[in-house]
Amino acid sequence: MKIIFNYLIFPGLFTAVCVGLLAGWFDRKISARLQWRVGPPWYQNFIDIVKLFGKETIIPRSSRWTFILAPYLGFLSIVLAAVILGKAMLSPLESFYGDIIVILYLLTMPAISMIIGASSSRNPLASVGASREMKLVLGYELPFVLSLIAVIIKCQGSIQLGSIINYQISFGSNIFSFSGILAFIAAFFAMQAKLGLAPFDISEAEQEIMAGTLIEYSGLLLAVYKLIKAVMLYAMPLLLICLFMGKDLGWVLLILKYIGIVLLIVLVKNTNPRMRIDQALRFFWGPVTIVAALSVILAAVGL
Amino acid sequence: MSIKTKALTKSIWVFHVSCGSCNNCDIEILDCFTPRHDIERFGVQLIGSVRHADAILITGAMNRKSVPRMKKIYEQAPKPCVVVAVGQCALSRHMFRYSYNVREPLDEILPVDLYIPGCPPKPEAIISGIVKLVEKLNKGK
Ligand code: SF4
Repeated sequence: MKIIFNYLIFPGLFTAVCVGLLAGWFDRKISARLQWRVGPPWYQNFIDIVKLFGKETIIPRSSRWTFILAPYLGFLSIVLAAVILGKAMLSPLESFYGDIIVILYLLTMPAISMIIGASSSRNPLASVGASREMKLVLGYELPFVLSLIAVIIKCQGSIQLGSIINYQISFGSNIFSFSGILAFIAAFFAMQAKLGLAPFDISEAEQEIMAGTLIEYSGLLLAVYKLIKAVMLYAMPLLLICLFMGKDLGWVLLILKYIGIVLLIVLVKNTNPRMRIDQALRFFWGPVTIVAALSVILAAVGL
Repeated sequence: MSIKTKALTKSIWVFHVSCGSCNNCDIEILDCFTPRHDIERFGVQLIGSVRHADAILITGAMNRKSVPRMKKIYEQAPKPCVVVAVGQCALSRHMFRYSYNVREPLDEILPVDLYIPGCPPKPEAIISGIVKLVEKLNKGK
């Protein structure tokens, strides 16, 4: 019973979707204000989803089942990641051993589901999007994992979210150390790419390849992809808070930290033009990986 | 009024097709999304793929080449989807009325739900057109 409640209502599905959609609205509103526009009302993203539920879902003549199941695969796994994360933050002692590795895998699933869905739709532009997404995954996973390793070394080799939080509660947030701040920077860029926001929205580039990976999706399935985006926007900042700013996790501070990170994401998104895929790869394997590797070395030395 | 139409009227995603216009109408459509008019506040969004569209904006006179393509695009859109003709060319073929290449007006090809006249229509005219479209949808279509 408790598990079902956790999955469906509290840290899971319902909360994640609501917070994610609100954060999505926050993104649109801030972008609008930055461009001197008014921006949509706060319920806009909810309405978009409801509307998509009511539309016709067109399934192209292709491998039907992978096309239909791919979005659900991504959605279920990202919600699971959100639940594990939320549970670990609520009661650090209850988290299980090795959950950080599970989360690492679950957070990659949306990208994989997008690749599967796009390549089973038989649309040339979708396959361009899928190949770009694939390269992007190869690009950002390396620095992301490295920065996780830095955090793990820093917290005395614990691969459990709960004990990472506990370590920070007793010894101060990770972000205030040299290795912590470097790892945070690397993880932040990886997060931007995972969320698929500019400058890394290469796989969905609306102006060049229409909607890229999402081009053939409509109605219900498109709504599921929008929900995946929303839950990602809920889970990724929370993970960063958990790993780097885990000292005070009271409600007010938690919400303030969350809003701060989302604001940072939106500002980066609005002030940078889209990169080409080769530039993005060079960026991730070059500077970002170097920063992440440096943070691992610093963490090993104990800074 | 069902929640479906309510949601549809609050979030209209627009797909923009130019069937051989002189480009002025297209620029005026883009004007609606600029800071001065900002129709994103009504939930209107310009999107890249017909599969996501709730409304198809058509500009320009339909010439022989674009008729079959336009029909294909309309069939690809998920229903309910409305068709909006923007500008004199799309409405009545304008100065191309006697052209050998433009044989039939748009509304003999596709079911047009809304006509926005003007050459090119002002952004204000387009916004007022959207308001009328919303009223029409609310009355039930
Ligand atoms: S209606 Fe006028 S402005 Fe619009 S495409 Fe035709 S000629 Fe150009």
